[in-house]
Amino acid sequence: MDKTLQRYFPVFVIPTLAAFAIGFLGPFFMGLWLSFCEFTTVQNATFVGFANYIKAFADSTFLYSLGFTALFAITSLVIINVVAFMLAMALTKKLAGTNIFRTIFFMPNLIGGIVLGYIWQLILNGILAHYGVALAINAVYGFWGLIVLVCWQQIGYMMIIYIAGLQAIPGELKEAADMDGASGRKRLFRITIPMMMPSITICTFLTITNGFKLFDQNLALTAGEPARSTEMLALNIFNTFYGRVGFEGVGQAKAVLFFILVVAIGMIQLRITRTREVQQ
Amino acid sequence: MNNKKATRGIASLLLALASIVYVSPLFIILFNSFKSRTYINLKPFSLPNSETWVGLENYIAGIDDYGFLDSVGWTLMITVGSVLAILLFCSMFAWFITRAKAWYSRLLFMLCIFSMVVPFQMVMFTLSKTADTLRLNTPWGIIIIYLGFGAGLAVFLFCGFVKSIPLEIEEAATIDGCGPISTFFRIVLPIMQPAYITVGILQTMWIWNDFLLPYLVLDQRHYKTISMVIQMMRGSFGRVDMGAIMACLVMAVIPMIVFYLAAQKHIIEGVAAGAVKG
Repeated sequence: MDKTLQRYFPVFVIPTLAAFAIGFLGPFFMGLWLSFCEFTTVQNATFVGFANYIKAFADSTFLYSLGFTALFAITSLVIINVVAFMLAMALTKKLAGTNIFRTIFFMPNLIGGIVLGYIWQLILNGILAHYGVALAINAVYGFWGLIVLVCWQQIGYMMIIYIAGLQAIPGELKEAADMDGASGRKRLFRITIPMMMPSITICTFLTITNGFKLFDQNLALTAGEPARSTEMLALNIFNTFYGRVGFEGVGQAKAVLFFILVVAIGMIQLRITRTREVQQ
Repeated sequence: MNNKKATRGIASLLLALASIVYVSPLFIILFNSFKSRTYINLKPFSLPNSETWVGLENYIAGIDDYGFLDSVGWTLMITVGSVLAILLFCSMFAWFITRAKAWYSRLLFMLCIFSMVVPFQMVMFTLSKTADTLRLNTPWGIIIIYLGFGAGLAVFLFCGFVKSIPLEIEEAATIDGCGPISTFFRIVLPIMQPAYITVGILQTMWIWNDFLLPYLVLDQRHYKTISMVIQMMRGSFGRVDMGAIMACLVMAVIPMIVFYLAAQKHIIEGVAAGAVKG
């Protein structure tokens, strides 16, 4: 069976593999190589060693956007997960209207980042206008504007994952806790949260990587205004590539650093929460 | 007992209030799309009145001046084509690498996982150049790129599902004289239906809303997706027509809301199932 099957390699594997090579593998390795080159198109690349990386680290906008992005990712991680968890708890108590609430909270997730950005630009500027200011005046407004936007977008998604996790907790555990006279608070910290660690791992992983990779929303809501002070990492890399001729190599070097950073953060985050998961 | 009932009532009431706040941005966009463009930035929170009401003028401007309907057509074609390609080819791929115990099976699987964690900025420049060189800068060509890009998540989810199918079913088919192709299409494919729904929904939500990939890959003189049109309305120099933008935002959101309300049960289950990937 196995040998016969393997003769069918071209039919089953080649279509996806070819597209994967064109769309991902090729560009990935070419990008890795080009980060050590100076070029404006791919054809005229000349090897320059680590020069692009040195320029990337010497770029103050890059380091600034790194700090801004990290602060943003952590803030959004905390708010989204706390609110989503609380909503999930409330929506698993068989309250009246639960299905409608769940439908509504998830809805913004279906809307694309660019559209979200312009919806919130109108609303936030409308609110800020009452105080005589606007999003593009101060980086603080842009920062919290982006936080509001991603919360609106992602809370529903994480809530769904938490609801699935809560529903998977065996009912006997809750009954046993009740019989032992555990208070609501004790039940939350001793039973619910430990049993929910797999869901918490997934949601924190998703929110922190989403936070670091955010692009569309950033471009649409603030586009980095004022004066590149709300520019996040992905947008900074985009602007390096397409904003300055001759800096394509630096852009690619930043992209490689960005890739390493995202992978490292993902791994660290998984390690931290995984070790807290209880074995069943 | 009465006390508990009261608490539950208050909880429901609070959630209802939160829900109203939650949907209000969509309604604000909706009623602004019927207001004259000069009043949108001035008074975004006031309902249209006899002075500000312009009927469908903004919608006509969005459709006529910015070619919005064309972009809906292209977005639909790219999304449907890419999702179908991903479902068919990635499920075949996943079944093969799970069942064939060859040296490369594990390697291909790991490469797919790896592609999921790589941020798009890492490949965006080289990908757009590759797409230009290979003439994949059309809505047909971009389907190939989406197949390559969507393969990571799709193969991962399909592989997990294939592992749960008992091998005996396929062995019985082989004994009955089915080759690998008919085993896949007549036995495996029907069993995989739940996985097709999950993967299809996750990929649809991504591709329909995607901005940067089509923006960099497509030949913008001929083809624009919805996200591209909206970004260009705002980003282009000169006069910004807030009215047309509002109308286009509404027209961009409505198809997704309809899709959501029609397939809500599957979407929510798909998200919960897809999340287990962590």
